[in-house]
Amino acid sequence: MRYAMAIDTKKCVGCSDCVVACQTENNVPHGYCRDWVVEAMDGTYPNLEIEIRSERCNHCDNSPCVRCCPTGASHYEAGGIVTVTANECIGCGACIESCPYDARYSHPDGYVDKCTFCLHRVEKGEKPACVAVCPTNCMYFGDLEDPDSDVSRALKNRKYKTLAPEAGTKPQIFYLI
Amino acid sequence: MKTRRDFIKISALGTAGIAVAGSAFSLMKGKPLFAQNNDKKPFDDGDLERTPTYCEICFWNCAGWTYTNSDREIIKILGNDDDPHCNGRLCPRGTGGVGMYTDKDRLKKPLIRVKKEDGKSTFREAEWDEALDVVAANMKKVAEEHGVESIALFNHGSSGHHMGHLLKAFGSTNIVAPSYAQCRGPREVGFTATFGAGVGSPEPTDIRDTRCMVLIGSHIGENMHNGQVQEMAQAIDNGATIITVDPRYSTAASKSKFWLPIKPATDIALLLAWIHVIINEELYDKAYVEQYTYGLDLLKAHVKNMTPEWAYGITTIKPDVIRKTAREMGNASPSTIVHPGRHATWYGDDTQRSRAIAILNALLGSWGRRGGFYFKEALHLPHYPTPQYPSPKWSWKDALNGKYPMAGLSVSNALIDATIPAEDNKHQIHAWIVSGTNLPLTMPDKDNLKKAMDALEFMVVVDTMPMEITGYADVVLPECTYLERYDDLRVSPHREPNVAIRMPATEPMYDSKPSWWMAKQLGERLGLGHYFPWDDYKEVIEWQLKELGTSLDEMKNIGVKIFDRDSGALYLRDGEDMEFNTNTGKIELYSTDLAHHGFDPMPKYTAHPEPPAGYYRLNYGRAPMHTFSRTANNLNLIDLMDENKVWVNPKVAKLWGLKKDQLVWLKNQDGHVSTFPIKVRITERIRWDSVFMVHGFGHSNKKLTQAYGRGANDSELITTVMIDPIMGGTGLRGNFVTFLTEDPGKETN
Repeated sequence: MRYAMAIDTKKCVGCSDCVVACQTENNVPHGYCRDWVVEAMDGTYPNLEIEIRSERCNHCDNSPCVRCCPTGASHYEAGGIVTVTANECIGCGACIESCPYDARYSHPDGYVDKCTFCLHRVEKGEKPACVAVCPTNCMYFGDLEDPDSDVSRALKNRKYKTLAPEAGTKPQIFYLI
Repeated sequence: MKTRRDFIKISALGTAGIAVAGSAFSLMKGKPLFAQNNDKKPFDDGDLERTPTYCEICFWNCAGWTYTNSDREIIKILGNDDDPHCNGRLCPRGTGGVGMYTDKDRLKKPLIRVKKEDGKSTFREAEWDEALDVVAANMKKVAEEHGVESIALFNHGSSGHHMGHLLKAFGSTNIVAPSYAQCRGPREVGFTATFGAGVGSPEPTDIRDTRCMVLIGSHIGENMHNGQVQEMAQAIDNGATIITVDPRYSTAASKSKFWLPIKPATDIALLLAWIHVIINEELYDKAYVEQYTYGLDLLKAHVKNMTPEWAYGITTIKPDVIRKTAREMGNASPSTIVHPGRHATWYGDDTQRSRAIAILNALLGSWGRRGGFYFKEALHLPHYPTPQYPSPKWSWKDALNGKYPMAGLSVSNALIDATIPAEDNKHQIHAWIVSGTNLPLTMPDKDNLKKAMDALEFMVVVDTMPMEITGYADVVLPECTYLERYDDLRVSPHREPNVAIRMPATEPMYDSKPSWWMAKQLGERLGLGHYFPWDDYKEVIEWQLKELGTSLDEMKNIGVKIFDRDSGALYLRDGEDMEFNTNTGKIELYSTDLAHHGFDPMPKYTAHPEPPAGYYRLNYGRAPMHTFSRTANNLNLIDLMDENKVWVNPKVAKLWGLKKDQLVWLKNQDGHVSTFPIKVRITERIRWDSVFMVHGFGHSNKKLTQAYGRGANDSELITTVMIDPIMGGTGLRGNFVTFLTEDPGKETN
């Protein structure tokens, strides 16, 4: 099993519903976020292009954050989901520095927090909150090893990319382009 | 908008861009090792109770579920899977509706205006009984002195209905919502003049099955009209062509096959040129046009000289692009939607622009066709038995004095004018009830609004938040949020008729109350108790649901119920007989109604004023995470966007020496300066002849502790209003601004 996500940049309108749904689902304090939206523009008026992406932890196969965690709080769960065990975290911030995607933040309660792919929902067979709420239905989640999963089907006929592949982290969020 | 700390890092890895949502953070230096309280877990849905509701953050009114914990606190709101408005997916505002409930700045107690010793006014808190007594006494006094018709209700949203019932029972029908004359009114009139039916809400656009959709200044995706955004994403999946006409590179433009960066204020010229091409290249749906429409020959003669070459000189859109896009529309016909838009009050000839849009749809045969416009259907909500309303001696129509003959609904700006004493004002308004609409950030021409409010004998405001309008009230009544109250059943039209219920998920916070309760209390004080034969509004809903063949118990479990259609098919069948509700019984390409009232029966292009040197046309619009001024204090949504910025083309920025995020004040052509400064966003997405800002920011009431002074308020810069003579709509886009880089030292309250 290998959980992953595909996000269709052709459909995303950048509404940020994924951000607020994550916030209410995961009790993320105001002023912080586990996911966010990036708008990348290219060109000059009137020859323009915009790519809009919902970003979050890439749940990398080769996660620098897990490797550099001094206590083992950062670890892989089944299916490759990277999580932090809050009460084993000393808040040193090494993982934050190591992440090329800036996917982690220091929770005001003193530990490092990040996207869990909504593990608590996924365990019950539900989609992550961001995927479930997206009005444009531009996010696909599931098991890459299952050819019939939403994510596998989404990747089948489309071109896609990952962010910062040169960092060698083997990220598991795929952007359909 | 906050920028994620390492955004530069991402850029360095090869992608340029900016973070539009998400939050900055700082490392928690100096925190103790192993924090004590660090085992927070997300809530388990199994431990939460869910209550059905429909959203009140915007008019789309998506149905959802409010989740409460064991302390009856609201934790989250999720969409209802069965709801055709949202299909289980609320938009960011609906998801963030929790922030409206938890807002610490909410109105908590009734407030009564009192004069201090120094002559200045202040509010004191009051108990409900006293506040309601004061409101009822003043309503009686104004009714006795000037006639009950001199009381008007300005409203928006669900709570307005309850106050409307009260006012009609009292004897006045002067009830108005700015959503008509400041928003969608012209399009309703333009479409009614053509098809004999307005567009309504939600729009019956069959986007999910369209092959070509044309957006003219309509920025779906930034306006988060949920069902439409969802269907636009489906259309993108299906490979539909999207054509976007907008001087700004909108989100929709970025999803479009064709973006036409039109010169602002010239849309009608483009539309007429499209009509010219579609008729002359015979791209129209011939059988449909022959069977259902009236006036093709007249129209053909009318647009004879309106060639793409003619339009090029006006719109700056190249003739071959005009032809190519017209052919795209024709090839996809009848599954083509030329979208009616929503906020249509731009330049004062808006009914005519909407007519041109309607005519294009008629030529393409899209009205009543798959992938065009479907025939919507709504449930008829049975009327709970209450006595007949008395007949008023005069209404808003009389107050128009013969102006705006085709206004289908009351005209807010006309009622504001009617509040200002004048010799020829025979129908003066003397008191206002304002419910759920923040007029100072909604109405243009703030001096006129101020004049009207100064002339009022009495104003009561019903709201959940200390919006700017509350500052002008004599009495403020704190309403509980939509999550804490019953309201009317939602029966808005859709492909299939349906009903949605709103039930309170928890007790109202503070000393706030539902509107239905306030209306009943006031009714009893005005001797109108017999119009309110219920103790709890739940009884009304329960009765109505029973009449509809369901029940409160069933609706509590399902939230939304879908019924079978009984008005016929969703689309016209080939050659089906159809009579339209117009004078000719046909779809009128030539409008006999407009001709009858002395207006152009077919749309014409008129040149509108252009910005003077050093000024830029002020365009405004929406962001997906906010609803006008209503959400600017909502912490969940502030996390997504906490201020507006003025979009400036890099060439213009260079000319003025403006830097990214530099604070500037905006001054308009009439010398009005924004109360607050606004940050500059330098972007290629905007033309060099205009600027853009998101509407709804720049709140000036300090009681809105989050929203106060964040960004600037476009409404106070809209002082030139181009009125549509057909229906009274306020054209708002004829205003021009320039930049002040030094603090003009404006007073803020």
